[in-house]
Amino acid sequence: MTSTTATRPAAAAPVPADLRRSALPLRRRLTDGFSKSLMGLALLIALIPLGLVIYHVTSRGMAVLDWDFLIEDIPNSARRAGGGMGPAIAGTLLITGAAAAMAIPLGVLGSIYLNEYGKQNALARLIRTMSDVMTGVPSVVMGLFIYVSYVLVVKEQSGFAAALALGCLMLPVIIRSSEEMLKLVPDELRQASAALGARRWKTTVSVVLPAAISGIVSGVMLAIARAAGETAPVVLVAGTTFVANWTLAGDNTTLAAQIFKNAGEPFPAAQDRAWGAALTLMVIVLVFTVAARLISSRFAIKER
Amino acid sequence: MTVVDKSAQLTRKDRGRHADRLFWALCVSAGFAVLVILALILITMVKQAYPAFSAEFFTSSTWIPNDPDGDGPGKPVYGTLAFLYGTLVVSTIAVVVAVPVSIGIALFLTELAPRRIRSAIVTLIDLLAAVPSVVFGLWGILVVAPAVVPVYQWLHDVLGGVPVLGSLFGEPRSSGRTFMTAGLILAIMIVPIITSIAREVFATVPDSDKQAAWALGATRWEMIKGAVLPHSFGGVVGAVILGLGRAMGETIAVALVIGSSVQITANLFESGYALPAIIVDQWGESTGEFTAALIGMGVVLFVITVLVNLVARFVVRRAEIRMRGASA
Repeated sequence: MTSTTATRPAAAAPVPADLRRSALPLRRRLTDGFSKSLMGLALLIALIPLGLVIYHVTSRGMAVLDWDFLIEDIPNSARRAGGGMGPAIAGTLLITGAAAAMAIPLGVLGSIYLNEYGKQNALARLIRTMSDVMTGVPSVVMGLFIYVSYVLVVKEQSGFAAALALGCLMLPVIIRSSEEMLKLVPDELRQASAALGARRWKTTVSVVLPAAISGIVSGVMLAIARAAGETAPVVLVAGTTFVANWTLAGDNTTLAAQIFKNAGEPFPAAQDRAWGAALTLMVIVLVFTVAARLISSRFAIKER
Repeated sequence: MTVVDKSAQLTRKDRGRHADRLFWALCVSAGFAVLVILALILITMVKQAYPAFSAEFFTSSTWIPNDPDGDGPGKPVYGTLAFLYGTLVVSTIAVVVAVPVSIGIALFLTELAPRRIRSAIVTLIDLLAAVPSVVFGLWGILVVAPAVVPVYQWLHDVLGGVPVLGSLFGEPRSSGRTFMTAGLILAIMIVPIITSIAREVFATVPDSDKQAAWALGATRWEMIKGAVLPHSFGGVVGAVILGLGRAMGETIAVALVIGSSVQITANLFESGYALPAIIVDQWGESTGEFTAALIGMGVVLFVITVLVNLVARFVVRRAEIRMRGASA
């Protein structure tokens, strides 16, 4: 052992390859450095707009945001200063909440079908592909769909119609993210439960779901965050209101819809309200996004 | 013998059996909901939009939904070509800008960044995805659009005389609400999507390939060029198509910054319109056949995005299968 290590340097001695970086031809070194700096530049190009958006929304939004802004009614003339976004905040919470209440049970049950029953059979594969496709359906199309199939039937624009549209947008997202989480639950847990004599539904409800619940919750919260910022369906089917409507029936409005409406106005008062609404919406979205991250990192199933 | 008896007892139909069937049925119907909703979207919308579909709908670029002053043609004209054109132009700009940036970020994250800062960057990119599109629209119309006009003017002055580029970079619209502005805002919005898929694809490159490149004395870029990129080409193409699909359907940000004028022009610094944008813009004032025409455009948009998404999934899946074959 010692003798071989001792003799090796002697054998390799004649041509000591120069492996230092400076020994590379200049052209290769330059290409390497150039490509690396391009990658860094790409990151900068993406982060600068993010920083600017956050900066502008915060600085312009803070100028108008106060307690009154959060609770007061929306002025019914866009050029009038003052007023607030109270009705839009009420609408955002109500409509997003109702959408979540519809989409979460359906989505989680659907993902249970995909992962616990269907697995790789033809129907499950079809549903999987179709929910991927449904994720890509533009939100404006979902709004038109609810208009045609619900608003035209009951002949009334309402917060409920908007909730239906947002629910349809959330459903495929929840199905796919929950399925990923169910996939991470080790099979041993299911087998142990089955060995104790539990029925399949009992196993799923009392063993598999609790094991995956943190991941499912975090996926759901991301879906809620995205739905809260959706604008087009609300503009198409919810109508609009200037006073808070805490019911799902009748015209309603959301922060996103109000930003859209006020952003296009030439009046500074309207634009100020749009910035204030944007800051409020960003805070709501951020709270859900950060909570989702915390939950998923704190209680994650260890990936195998 | 007693053992057999007991197992017989255990497997006998009991209270749980019906619950089992019921739960299964619940889950299956929840899964079916996806298929039902997609089918309903197509059926109900086509039914509603049917009166609007005509040859003119797809071939004309004249859009006169109502004729207030009475000096136009006798009946309304619903030609959607200008909107289709706008959608294509805007999403092409978005993809052309977003793809190199996204691939750069994905390579930076998978091949270059130290592990410590990697998760911080991923969080930032996720944050970019979390910003609602209407907020980008607000920022675009009130901050970006006024700010970019001098840049457009400069580009026009410099490149205006060059044959092909000159017609692309024409006289800029003074509001700054143009195809180019909309495309750039869209690019920011699709970067996170393309980046996250490209990152997954790059992560599947087998370590042995990379180590082989290192062992041959490759620099980092040569390793990326020789081992990472060829291996992940298919997946990256899928990611790009997915980004394209997202860009085509994006509504609110585009509606705010594209400038709302119905025209087909090669000048990227002119105002235009896009399919989803006109739907939300003119929805409030539409009735009857006008509404049917807007819904008809929704159908067109639905069909396009579904096709684009199916193609993208197909490409990604094929690339995945190939990669698994290569790494096994």
